[in-house]
Amino acid sequence: MAPLIQLRDVARRYGSGEAEVRALDGVSLTITRGEFVAIMGPSGSGKSTAMNIIGCLDRPTSGQYLFDGTPVENLTPDARALLRRHYLGFVFQGFNLLPRTSALENVELPLIYQGLPRAQRVASARAALAKVGLEGRESAQPSQLSGGQQQRVAIARALASAPQVLLADEPTGNLDSQRSHEIMALLQQLNRDEGLTIVMVTHEADIAAHARRLVVFTDGKILSDAPSMPEIA
Amino acid sequence: MLWEAIRLAARSIIRNKLRSFLTILGIVIGVAAVIAMVTVGQGSSRQVAASVESLGSDMLVLRPGRRGFGPPSGTRPRALSLRDAEALAALPVVAQLAPLVSTAQTVVVGNANASTQITGSTADWLGVANWTLASGRNFTPAEDRAGQSLCLLGQTVRQSLFGTGDPLGQTLRIKAVTCQVVGLLAPKGAGSFGQDQDDLVVMPIRLLQRRLAGDSDVSSIQISLAAGVSVEDGTAEITALMRERRRITINKDDDFSISDMKEVASMLGSINAVLSGLLSSVAAVSLLVGGIGIMNIMLVSVTERTREIGIRLAVGASARQVLTQFLVESVVLSLLGGLMGIVLGLAMAWGGSRFMAIPFAPDPLIVALAFCFSAVVGVVFGFFPARRAARLDPIDALRHQ
Repeated sequence: MAPLIQLRDVARRYGSGEAEVRALDGVSLTITRGEFVAIMGPSGSGKSTAMNIIGCLDRPTSGQYLFDGTPVENLTPDARALLRRHYLGFVFQGFNLLPRTSALENVELPLIYQGLPRAQRVASARAALAKVGLEGRESAQPSQLSGGQQQRVAIARALASAPQVLLADEPTGNLDSQRSHEIMALLQQLNRDEGLTIVMVTHEADIAAHARRLVVFTDGKILSDAPSMPEIA
Repeated sequence: MLWEAIRLAARSIIRNKLRSFLTILGIVIGVAAVIAMVTVGQGSSRQVAASVESLGSDMLVLRPGRRGFGPPSGTRPRALSLRDAEALAALPVVAQLAPLVSTAQTVVVGNANASTQITGSTADWLGVANWTLASGRNFTPAEDRAGQSLCLLGQTVRQSLFGTGDPLGQTLRIKAVTCQVVGLLAPKGAGSFGQDQDDLVVMPIRLLQRRLAGDSDVSSIQISLAAGVSVEDGTAEITALMRERRRITINKDDDFSISDMKEVASMLGSINAVLSGLLSSVAAVSLLVGGIGIMNIMLVSVTERTREIGIRLAVGASARQVLTQFLVESVVLSLLGGLMGIVLGLAMAWGGSRFMAIPFAPDPLIVALAFCFSAVVGVVFGFFPARRAARLDPIDALRHQ
């Protein structure tokens, strides 16, 4: 079986000539199903760029990206939207929930684009909210929820479409340490119990320690790639 | 998906009630103006048609002087006379005719008085000009020839001189003439130009000529043609007779004119069409302005909701779906404006019609057209903002604060 995510010598450059910035400079990375990978590195190391490319929000300037064995680096914007819709789930640092919209409707959002009928959408969204421990808060709006709860809604939204991989960009960046560890525990549980593949960008070592593999970026290149060491946490 | 987009649009419109209302105000006013203009315009052309009908459609009017509105030819045209009327009445193409003289005078009864139009004519006038009597009687041809001091009253004059009292048998004084009221005319209402047709007193033409005008001129002759005679044939026969009577040589122009009511009707109709066309185009410009208002607010809305668009793109919305969402929103907005405009415009037209005493004539075609047009405004002016939303880069959009 092909690895789920395979980056081959991927580069991403902005600008040209003297002003050229190499955000990624020849990165090769393979992630198989069921992994929980943390990507670390200082700011400007290229970790967010790598995340955007993996999430099909951005395209590599050169190199190859195979998703489940299929090259996707040259897909049209609409084809990439389709890929995101059916195979990828996103969790962001700023939660990115729709304001003045109930938790349930936020979770329903990707299912609307999948074209699911309403009844099925509501059922899936309820199930996803239950999975992140938010049963009974379906009608709450983001402003009525704590940061930790909002991030749980965001995770539920990513899970609702039953993605192949969950991409988390600084998922605990806006949370205190107590909530951060709760969220990490939730991600670990999803990875362990459901076999969900998770790729997470973070700059905090103790958060990264919750993952099972740690990739460190610096200057657009991979500095190290090793199983993470839980004893540090 | 479309249904979802409509639901979403409805929700965002309801959320910003005041802003949505101000956004569509331009469309509301534009559509209301078009509907009101066209409806009132059609009501007044219906009114014109009805009043031309009441004059009689196969009627000709003979007047001295050349046709047209140009400057007078210098010499005063020769007047018509009662002998002309008698000669014309003998033509087989003529069914009935009524010579007319009129003068503006003050009518006095006791200490009440009224300024009105005094019309002198013959006993046939009632039939030719399509009037009926509410009470009393017409004067007879014999009384007319004798120039007896009798008269018929219009409703407006009766109202101002006698109130609700019975005028029959009463005596009026006009200058030095006293005459007895023998008949009361049935009301006719406002004419084509909104003038009061009931503001008149009718008396035998010879009485008016001798006692008020002091000459034997006839200012016009109303002629109704015999059944089956076309307006063209009738005009030709009358022209031939009049040229002969007035000894106009072959190479000279007529010094009289004959107009028919169809001509009057079509002239009034075209004035009406030009006016309502002008007003409607002003209204159409306001629709355009309304559309630009919608575009403006939709652009603001796209900028405000950049982050929302980013989220939607991240969870898998295609550019086309984002485009649809914003396009549907602007179409729903403008249709809402269109609906409100239709209701407002019909209400305005109804009020205006009552005020001007013309029939209220809503045209379903114009209403449907206005509705479709507001949808088109939504699509046209919503497209640019929607395309801008659809072309956003998801990464930039998500980063937008």
